[in-house]
Amino acid sequence: MPKVMSVNPTQWCGQSVERVEDAALLTGRGRFIDDLGVKPGTLFAAILRSPHAHARIAAIRADDARKLPGVAAVLTGPDVTRLSASLVVGVKAPIECWPIAVDRVRYVGEPVAVVVAASRYVAEDAIDLIEVDYEPLAAVVDPEQTLDPAQPVLHDGLKSNLASERAFRYGDPEHAFASAARRVSVTIRYPRNSCTPMETYGLVAEYDAAEDAYDVLANFMGPFSLHAVMARALKVPGNRFRLRTPPDSGGSFGVKQGVFPYIVLMGVAARATGRPVKWIEDRLEHLAASVSATNRVTTLEAAVDADGRVRALAWDQLEDVGAHIRAPEPATLYRMHGNLTGAYDIRNVSVRNRVVLTNKTPTGLNRGFGGPQVYYALERLMQRIAVELALDPVDVIRRNLIPSGAFPYRTATGALLDSGDYMKAFEAALADGQFAELRERQQKARAEGRLYGIGVVAAVEPSVSNMGYITTALTPEERRKAGPKNGAQATATISLDPLGSVSVHVSSVPQGQGHRTVLSQIVADELGLKPADIRVVTDFDSARDAWSIASGNYSSRFAAAVGGAAKLATDKIKAKLARMAAAQLNVGPDDIEFAAGKVRARGNPDNAVPFSRLAATSHWSPGLVPEENQALRETAFWSPPELTPPTEGDEVNSSLCHGFIFDFCGIDIDRVTGAIRIDKYVTMHDCGRILHPGMVAGQVTGGFAHAVGAAMYEEYAYGEDGSFLTGTFADYLVPTTMEVPEPVILHVETPSPFTPLGTKGVGEGNCMSTPVCLANAVADALNIDSIDLPLTPAKIAAHIHDAERAPPKAQATAPLAGKGRALRGSGEARVNVPPETVWRMLLDPKTLEAIIPGAHGVEKVADTHFRAEVTLGVGPVTGRYKADIKLSDLDAPRAVTLTGVVNGALGDARGAGRIKLTPVEGGTQVTYDYDAEIGGKVASIGGRLLDGAAKVVIKQFFAALVRHTGGAKPGLFARLFGRGA
Amino acid sequence: MPRLSADARHTIRFTLNGRAVEAQAEPRMLLTDFLRHELGATGTHVGCEHGVCGACTIEIDGATARACLTLAVQIDGANIRTVEGLAPEPGRLSVLQEAFRRHHALQCGFCTAGILMSLDNYFRRKPDPSEDDLRDFLGGHLCRCTGYVPILAAAMDAAKRLREAPTDA
Amino acid sequence: MKPARFDYIRAGDIAEAHTALAECGKDARVIAGGQTLMPMLSMRLVRPKVLIDIMHLPALRKIEASGNDIRIGAAVRQAELMAWPDLRDSLPLLKAALPWVGHAQTRSRGTVCGSVAHADPSAEIPLSLLALDGAVELSTRRGKRRVAANEFFTGMMSTTRADNELIEAVLIPKSQACTGYAFQEFGRRHGDFAIVACAAVATDKSIRLAVGGVADKPTLRDWPALDGTALTDALDAFAWELDARDDLHATARYRRELVRQMGLATIEEARKCRA
Repeated sequence: MPKVMSVNPTQWCGQSVERVEDAALLTGRGRFIDDLGVKPGTLFAAILRSPHAHARIAAIRADDARKLPGVAAVLTGPDVTRLSASLVVGVKAPIECWPIAVDRVRYVGEPVAVVVAASRYVAEDAIDLIEVDYEPLAAVVDPEQTLDPAQPVLHDGLKSNLASERAFRYGDPEHAFASAARRVSVTIRYPRNSCTPMETYGLVAEYDAAEDAYDVLANFMGPFSLHAVMARALKVPGNRFRLRTPPDSGGSFGVKQGVFPYIVLMGVAARATGRPVKWIEDRLEHLAASVSATNRVTTLEAAVDADGRVRALAWDQLEDVGAHIRAPEPATLYRMHGNLTGAYDIRNVSVRNRVVLTNKTPTGLNRGFGGPQVYYALERLMQRIAVELALDPVDVIRRNLIPSGAFPYRTATGALLDSGDYMKAFEAALADGQFAELRERQQKARAEGRLYGIGVVAAVEPSVSNMGYITTALTPEERRKAGPKNGAQATATISLDPLGSVSVHVSSVPQGQGHRTVLSQIVADELGLKPADIRVVTDFDSARDAWSIASGNYSSRFAAAVGGAAKLATDKIKAKLARMAAAQLNVGPDDIEFAAGKVRARGNPDNAVPFSRLAATSHWSPGLVPEENQALRETAFWSPPELTPPTEGDEVNSSLCHGFIFDFCGIDIDRVTGAIRIDKYVTMHDCGRILHPGMVAGQVTGGFAHAVGAAMYEEYAYGEDGSFLTGTFADYLVPTTMEVPEPVILHVETPSPFTPLGTKGVGEGNCMSTPVCLANAVADALNIDSIDLPLTPAKIAAHIHDAERAPPKAQATAPLAGKGRALRGSGEARVNVPPETVWRMLLDPKTLEAIIPGAHGVEKVADTHFRAEVTLGVGPVTGRYKADIKLSDLDAPRAVTLTGVVNGALGDARGAGRIKLTPVEGGTQVTYDYDAEIGGKVASIGGRLLDGAAKVVIKQFFAALVRHTGGAKPGLFARLFGRGA
Repeated sequence: MPRLSADARHTIRFTLNGRAVEAQAEPRMLLTDFLRHELGATGTHVGCEHGVCGACTIEIDGATARACLTLAVQIDGANIRTVEGLAPEPGRLSVLQEAFRRHHALQCGFCTAGILMSLDNYFRRKPDPSEDDLRDFLGGHLCRCTGYVPILAAAMDAAKRLREAPTDA
Repeated sequence: MKPARFDYIRAGDIAEAHTALAECGKDARVIAGGQTLMPMLSMRLVRPKVLIDIMHLPALRKIEASGNDIRIGAAVRQAELMAWPDLRDSLPLLKAALPWVGHAQTRSRGTVCGSVAHADPSAEIPLSLLALDGAVELSTRRGKRRVAANEFFTGMMSTTRADNELIEAVLIPKSQACTGYAFQEFGRRHGDFAIVACAAVATDKSIRLAVGGVADKPTLRDWPALDGTALTDALDAFAWELDARDDLHATARYRRELVRQMGLATIEEARKCRA
């Protein structure tokens, strides 16, 4: 085992120093991508996106858009396939993945055309002028249904929507299950969500035709393994694809990995136009089509002893990556592969992993990356074991935790848990977090009749990903063919300038975490300087900086890997400086120390040289310094030897470091609204050595807030037809100060023996532990065995509210509730003419033109087939649509079915309505019911309003019918506005 | 009655952080784009463009406003304050800004300008808010990094210091 | 996410606003605080040819007593009404409802009349206007008319305002003696669109409950002073009559239950605070 590298007693590390980043950010002088100027002549892009979840593109007419003044180009699929290559796909399957739809759209929001124009405003004007003919195809959104052979197959290269399947076996799970005292299982459906950084994607792409080279500035965050994917797609060698990042980035949480297809897309646009192209994603684009965490269906079963000791786990994971298996997927599924036993000592595991495609946005990195999905299943299971065996959930965890003294501990599935004392942290959390007091509080609350639940969760938080874990998706044979993949290269460069000041550069691409501050602390400690003496540069340039495929900002790798590499680079330059100083001060190099801005003889502080003078020497007087001692610039590359490739037995050490988390909480549920109040939340972390307590606290509270969002508020929701339903921040609900309480944060510190500074990652743990902790508390409060996220009030209230009394008679025929964005309704109207007259009117284009709201012309295609141009509006929201209406089931003059499709810029609707005409005294009673599905823009951004809007439009139709027939009897008109219409 | 034509750019004159400025805008130009790209005041950020996230919050004639829900033409003649006007002088931070730095109340800093502008306005109207008041008030802003805990702490601290030394805004 | 092109008119007086509306009719939209209209413009859901800005008309920026009513001009911002010293005494229901309208940062720009004009079925101000028998004052260059709230709101974002009419003010009756007012709301997050909002007005002889967020417009019922099962039966019938629908944030059944339980709680609160 490698031993902990000795760390000097430090002064700056461990302190919550003020961040060097903050003064600029607080005064409006940050330099985010959209804050930087662009070259004269830069064009601005906007993207036309698919309103359909699945459709064939029959035609795209963009001539009007191209003619619009200010428009430089309109690019569609064929332009992109001509100038680039498909993005490589991470599984062995004959499928392509383009950054724009080619012939077919497979999710709402998929790019269909790119307009490049003089401004974003004009580009959006041009988008409005593009006409696309779609031939809608059946869509599938559910990961279980997508495996049904009757469902449409998304990619022609595949026989089904199953893109990857692997089975694994560790230990002897069959025997453990066969001999188990009890078997307990859970099935969970983890929903889609995303950490939605406040800054959206942005980039400026340039193409130099003379050198056939691309230069892209983008708020990409890594991993830079994707640099290779992008360069290949742009069909240039890596050295002709220069990728740079701006100095500041407005958060990422994994999400900004997903800008990479747009880098390719806009690279192509820059090449096609010969001009720099800038694209800033807007929030609607971001919510619909950036990237999201995977949704997953997991069945997890445990073989359990009577006392709650778990002997084996059987995992069945069904991972939904959306419409394309876009790099680095299926990484979400395999990132946790070494950690499928969580914090527990369980030696027997079987796993079935399947990756499926559905008509939803492709998935990618998102804070927690695979952890939330795994721990939701594992820790729900542990809670169920406690309930089914009538044990205290705390005792079930205690009984199964990896014992103290067992570290480093190799899990059944291959992870090498570097360090920890889980039992100690667990007991400390119970004591310091006052768990016993929480139990009393619960008893008191329950005695008062309140719904009060307690949740407990233990988790291992992996960090510093092994770049080889993803190859676990391949069979050992496939891996042998492809060559082994492993490691996690971290880089850092330190340089001394002619005035002897110190600069540090890393390729960690921070997204707001304060890397510059922490690196200045680390280097200042090593060199005996102040953090303010160290200037750290973190904006990245692939043409100039030291980097490798693992560079970037993900898998919580900064403190452990990059901070460590910075220490190693500093050590290198320090050794040279020490030798130089030794010669000047007439002592041995081992007797040199760096302190108080000086390099001096240990034990004789007066025998010293100022650091800056020594540091400048190799610039001004290189002749005085032996070449091997010249200190100008040093780069350290560090990849831990523990990150080995997957074994022949599919064991994989998927991450280098493993923190420990133990959380518990008490929640109170309102009996009327079903709303959850988080009464107390305690989170214990062992994240190794802490370099900056303030930043660690910020990672914990920030991750906790994301987790509260994922647990209770956030979901990327889709209708059954694949329409996207949460296209604004009014429907995708990000928690605010009102929703996020302050957690109690506890720490123990067990340094990692595998990292240069003893540090581990801490950024993602609460995203893994907190959602299931809250869910366990809800399950406890309601005494229910199954609950999925998000924990919405309506979902919870369904377990609380008494059975509903039957509706009063008048409402006995109340319309069925809609499902997803399916709308249903009914209504009636009374007109002054007999049914025969109404019948003729419904079949007459002239009358239809008069009564269809906003019709600009009705064309009779056949006796029972009409086409119309209509302007439909609800309040101020109006749009022009093309309607295609067919009549069927004609029962003259009594009944007819209208089937229609309406398409326009604001969305599309498909529906059917049955109209019945009944003769009554003095006229006709018209009754109708309808059933419609609405998709596209209005479904994404105005879902809340659709039912009402449909009513308004239908009401307009019948009001016009009544008017056209000469009106209704006095007093009857009002009945039009009764129930349903 | 002046009617500003959709296709033309029109001169907008107003006061930005105490200085008279002017620039040109089409009627449809959002104030966010106008401040950022016509006047170079890029401290005001754009997070959602539909008025929910609060990143673009500024002050118009003494009241907080979402710049993304405002047109450039609407502010002709108005008095605008943005984050660039908060610090008392270059190289020095205001009491509120300092509190944010001290409490690590920002990480990526993208939402911060809007929160600072909101709080700066609020403290002038309500110098002694309770934590509940502040929670309710800050509910109009989204932050994805901090989890809000340090923001609330910084806001409480700043309010206290401003009460103790009100002149040193 | 940028608006399509439009002309912009900054009305210098009410007559100019009337003229512009008369000339442009349905191609024009009035912009006041813009808190609802602006996102719709940026999403290109709304594409007027002309925007008429009425925020520079001092005549519209007044809160004044008008007989038994409080008249709130079209340029009065929600925050200004919240800060109006007589609010608690004159309009206790609004005092309770206004904190639920958006957030402080949007109330500082959004207007009272703008919310009424937009007629969102979940909005608090239209609901309060209906509950209090308020009215909307509409004007053209030819004259004024007053439309009672229960006639003004016709459905989802739909009102009886004609294209050439300007909403000049809303009129809200002052609070009555021996009458209690209460407002309760539930949304997913504070400041969200209401899943259910309830406004109750109670005297010793009568109960009124107005509900927002459920039907396609704010809807009310009047009952005599019911109690016990008579009241819960009435609430149950009302809950069904609102024809609730499932959506992303709540089921129809959930909404009905909130109408029953929160409706009852709001009525009880109104009875308690009966002066």
